[in-house]
Amino acid sequence: DRGLDPGTPGSCPGLKAGAKLLVFLLCFQITELCGAKRVGYFGPTQFYIALKLIAAAQSGLPVRIESIKCELPLPRFMMSKTDAEIRFGNPAELHGTKVQIPYLITEKNTFKRMDDEDKQQETQSPTMSPLASPPSSPPHYQRVPLSHGYSKLRSSTEQMHPAPYEARQPLVQPEGPSSGAPGAKPPRHKASLIRSFSVEREPHDNSSNYPDEPWRITEEQREYYVNQFRSLQPDPSSFISGSVAKNFFTKSKLSIPELSYIWELSDADCDGALTLPEFCAAFHLIVARKNGYPLPEGLPPTLQPEYLQAAFPKPKRECTLFDSYSESMPANQQPRDLNRMEKLSIKDTADFPVPTQDVTSDDKQALKSTADEALPKDMSEDPGRRKPLYYIFISYSSTSIEEAMKRGEDPPTPPPRPQKTHSRASSLDLNKVFQPSVPATKSGLLPPPPALPPRPCPSQSEQVSEAEIHPQLNRAPSQVAESSPTKKDIPHSQPPSKPIRRKFRPENSATESQEPPSTVGPVSAASGKPHAAVQKQSSKQKKAIQTAIRKNKEANAVLARLNSELQQQLKEVHQERIALENQLEQLRPVTVL
Amino acid sequence: MAVCVAVIAKENYPLYIRSIPTENELKFHYMVHTSLDVVDEKISAMGKALVDQRELYLGLLYPTEDYKVYPSHQLCRYGYVTNSKVKFVMVVDSSNTALRDNEIRSMFRKLHNSYTDVMCNPFYNPGDRIHSRAFDSMVTSMMIQVC
Repeated sequence: DRGLDPGTPGSCPGLKAGAKLLVFLLCFQITELCGAKRVGYFGPTQFYIALKLIAAAQSGLPVRIESIKCELPLPRFMMSKTDAEIRFGNPAELHGTKVQIPYLITEKNTFKRMDDEDKQQETQSPTMSPLASPPSSPPHYQRVPLSHGYSKLRSSTEQMHPAPYEARQPLVQPEGPSSGAPGAKPPRHKASLIRSFSVEREPHDNSSNYPDEPWRITEEQREYYVNQFRSLQPDPSSFISGSVAKNFFTKSKLSIPELSYIWELSDADCDGALTLPEFCAAFHLIVARKNGYPLPEGLPPTLQPEYLQAAFPKPKRECTLFDSYSESMPANQQPRDLNRMEKLSIKDTADFPVPTQDVTSDDKQALKSTADEALPKDMSEDPGRRKPLYYIFISYSSTSIEEAMKRGEDPPTPPPRPQKTHSRASSLDLNKVFQPSVPATKSGLLPPPPALPPRPCPSQSEQVSEAEIHPQLNRAPSQVAESSPTKKDIPHSQPPSKPIRRKFRPENSATESQEPPSTVGPVSAASGKPHAAVQKQSSKQKKAIQTAIRKNKEANAVLARLNSELQQQLKEVHQERIALENQLEQLRPVTVL
Repeated sequence: MAVCVAVIAKENYPLYIRSIPTENELKFHYMVHTSLDVVDEKISAMGKALVDQRELYLGLLYPTEDYKVYPSHQLCRYGYVTNSKVKFVMVVDSSNTALRDNEIRSMFRKLHNSYTDVMCNPFYNPGDRIHSRAFDSMVTSMMIQVC
């Protein structure tokens, strides 16, 4: 391909013949199944269906319409049915597929243009291509029989349409591994869905037979949702009240009827509050809806609270970890805890770019602030799993930055500010003076008022700037706390690109290492890993600097806003004073008389 | 068989009204509207605000009325009011089965429960039309099942 695709065919000629044919036919069948052939091109619907089918095929389910609830009455195709494949395996049809794929690519490109959120992802294009290849490519990583065929298909397609292909890479790439709920568009969404699905399957070996892949929450998504839950409600075993959840979900900018319906689906016990599994289900539905999935008629089985609670016990563990951690720490260290938790759950890729713009940016900040410490550890711990997700997370949060900027709200998940204690020796008066006013002025914020503590502003901003300079060295909790709440979204075009680039390689190594049968894997893994390490270092530093810059900007923005709010308060107080003085004067003549 | 179910807000505008589409829907709307007067009468007659469910259930609002299209059908209207003065009016066709009072009460209870579920949804503003699919499905089951 372009040298970027690790899965170039040829790594195992032996498998090529049979697998190629099999994959070709599968692809072709899928395209036919989704109606692309019928329509003549990969429209959004077709692509949507096609990717769903691919995901179904990937998961081992027969590529059937039922598995994706499609209404097209096309014949069934089994992945293992070689006779059906032979039927279709003639070059002419293959060519037809190829023709369709470029169409698909252009479709994706148009989708991409429409989404202004993905602007930043365009910068990541060169490195993304293998992951963002045509719909067939994501499964390439995951399945041995598919890999060859897909890669070959992709290579052939690439020859035909190099430009759009490359341009499409960023579209698909960032979404890929992280999201079980896909990216903003169905194509991206699908690829990411597939990838996340596969990513999910690799570490967890999900044996569930639910065919509704879009409704399955991946591990990283789950942790992200849990983090969000915790930002709204510190106790993970309790629930979020309706109004709090409403404010939170309203930020997703979905229409009220849709949100109402999502709530109806997810609030299983109809008590007007969301427990953690209910919240995760609702969140997931919102993400899916934002990414173009139609809302299901009923709550999918993978989103049922019982299933969620059973399938993901880990978040509970982390919850307990967090709780115990926060209990033992004073309030001023809670920001650090939150950040550390976010760092721990680096897997929590912000697959929720639009709805939680603030959150993602917030989380990203937290991640970035702790990234330097976190990265080495995380890489060593679980490189295969965490690295890609981490970067995807950053890419996601970058997409949401603009949104959050427009919103001008404080991110919903900034760690609680050290309101009770002071990181610096700031006067107590400041705290008391500002604390009552902060909730009033920042009434639009979520209950844990994520307001930047105005009190030790200068000192802390200094601290932040210092910290930014030495992000790798400093791990002061106040610094982290400072940076994380100040996650005003500032567009980062560069940081996301680096993580994404890195993500690609770690993902390669991750996927490859986990799929030894994949002939493509070892080859790319070998080349990918050393390269990844080198790149990581340089990008880490760059990222650190950019993180510092961003944090400073955010801090500035927050402080500026705070300043304006305080001035407004000052005006009001002045007016009150004037009014009181007037009253006094009016009364005085009376008393004098 | 319930041929028409209506949820009326406190200010006497409909939050939800649904009837079996075989009939002239406007006629049902009219019937429900006229029943409101009877409901108000009964509410005011009650005087104190008792939270007993028996008080919530208003019973037969209007004597049976002959149907123009199907003279054999006799339509009974039943009313039910909640504590927040939201009224449920149900028109049942009593020709097929003589629905007992308990059955009507249970139907109203189901309606009330579904209505509270709709209320629990924070995205629902009280006073909006009810678009909840769960509510719809419950009403559908009521309209078909009793029939």
